[in-house]
Amino acid sequence: MNTSFTTPGDEDRAASRARFAHIVGWGADLDRAMRPGVPKERTPPRLPHPVEPPQQQHADVEVLHSTERPGITPVFGTTLPPSGLSGRLRRAAFRHSENDIRHWMMLLLADRVQMGEALCSDLARGHVPNLYAEMGGRAELRHNPMGAARKAAIGIAAVAVLCMVLKPRKRARRLRG
Amino acid sequence: MLAMNYRGPYRIRAVQKQEPEIEHPGDAIVRVTRSCICGSDLHLYHGLVPDTRIGSTFGHEFTGVVEAVGPAVQHLKPGDHVLVPFNIFCGSCYFCQKELYSNCHATNPEATAVGGIFGYSHTAGGYDGGQAEYVRVPMADVGPTVIPADMHLDDAVLLTDALPTGYQAAEMGGIDEGDTVVIFGAGPIGIFAAKSAWLLGAGRVIVVDHLEYRLDFVRTYAQCETIDFKQVGDMAMHIKKITDGLGADVCIDCVGCEAAGNFAQTLLGIKLKLQGGAATVLHWCINSVRKGGTVSIVGVYGPTFNAIPIGNAVNKGLTLRMNQASVKRHLPRLIEHIQAGRIEPRRVITHHVDLADVADAYHLFSSKLDNCIKTVLIPPGAPRVATATAAMQ
Repeated sequence: MNTSFTTPGDEDRAASRARFAHIVGWGADLDRAMRPGVPKERTPPRLPHPVEPPQQQHADVEVLHSTERPGITPVFGTTLPPSGLSGRLRRAAFRHSENDIRHWMMLLLADRVQMGEALCSDLARGHVPNLYAEMGGRAELRHNPMGAARKAAIGIAAVAVLCMVLKPRKRARRLRG
Repeated sequence: MLAMNYRGPYRIRAVQKQEPEIEHPGDAIVRVTRSCICGSDLHLYHGLVPDTRIGSTFGHEFTGVVEAVGPAVQHLKPGDHVLVPFNIFCGSCYFCQKELYSNCHATNPEATAVGGIFGYSHTAGGYDGGQAEYVRVPMADVGPTVIPADMHLDDAVLLTDALPTGYQAAEMGGIDEGDTVVIFGAGPIGIFAAKSAWLLGAGRVIVVDHLEYRLDFVRTYAQCETIDFKQVGDMAMHIKKITDGLGADVCIDCVGCEAAGNFAQTLLGIKLKLQGGAATVLHWCINSVRKGGTVSIVGVYGPTFNAIPIGNAVNKGLTLRMNQASVKRHLPRLIEHIQAGRIEPRRVITHHVDLADVADAYHLFSSKLDNCIKTVLIPPGAPRVATATAAMQ
């Protein structure tokens, strides 16, 4: 179509309105003044009341902050402060700026390390994670039974291969013993 | 309280968690009545967003009833049924003064490149999200908006992110009357971007995806043309062929970092994480838009280092516009559109799932099973009735 190189005249406009009449609301926001606000910098703000800068939230947990700002923000989340080995990695990551890829890669590494930590913590509390339920196995079985069967077959085959690989080693160990 | 709990990539539980408390005078505690799973939650679910800590509760699209407010809150009271924009913003910093609410500088200590977002990792401030029975809502005087009395709750919850993001995507395209607009991604954001492109006067709207059920849906819902990218060879070439050899006036990226369609990008960006996700759709946008055209990006990308064809963008004289949606700015007009019947957001919701079954809901959405387009989670005891007024009774 690419009709935007020229500004449509009144006739074009009328024709296009007729052409798009079946589309509910077509052109309702053609008038830029009616748009919620093209996201360009503009003032005054539209918030319905004047807003004072927020008070500083009290920090009773460790909150890491970007090196690109002097300290923590007035408001922040307090969930899951850094802990353990993953926490050490996160603290190390936050010594680098957001412009430094080490910052992000160390955080991703910390995420994976924490996954292992959480698994150990579950087991230490006597809780064996139900991977089937956690990974949405029920939905898979219900809506993609063939896929579920394929995954189950692959899993069984992998376990079988593992058993076959381990079996001779046990025999060899017995023989050596 | 019951809450979604992230245990690592592709693993989620519904667990009992401690209820949130007021931690700042400007906080409110909201009892959730609806929360959605967003396409961008899948980036967290797949382990692609750095500093997504084990134990996190996701969910940045939710509605709820105010249970308690902090001493500094003046414009919200217990009992108000509110929709809560996904941005956490102060309303008074440099960026908020310019209505760039998604760029608020006062709510996220952990990164300057993004503002605070509910349930979106510590990179977005470390806040718990709304896929729970209760949620702490900071800056309660600024963000939450009371839901109009007769608005359907499913419409209201889509005003917290999906619809405003789709609208802003179209708006950032600077669409002029009669423009050809190509939208990559037929998820909820792409669907709403297509609808919005018509509202803004587009002359031709084309949506690109590879899942037939999503293309079917967007054809019906948004009366647009569709392209299955697996059925065409070269995407940019195809777009040029169908636009008189020039390219589209506006291309919109509603996919982000998990784009399919290019093996090298998938390997480098998603599997090996050597760049911030697969930049496939960015390539397609830049190469499919006409010279002097506009590329609008709302798809979520990982931080830092994407191999994108910026040279082509320079040589073509493109305008690149991008941002997270500043939801609050769009609400008055979008509420008007809903009330006037110009757009009916709730039609994209295909599944209502109990919060207790959140793991299944994520798997369903992530694997695109059962023709899933948008999933809403219902916490225990939350009303299933339609409107905010009815829910209060």
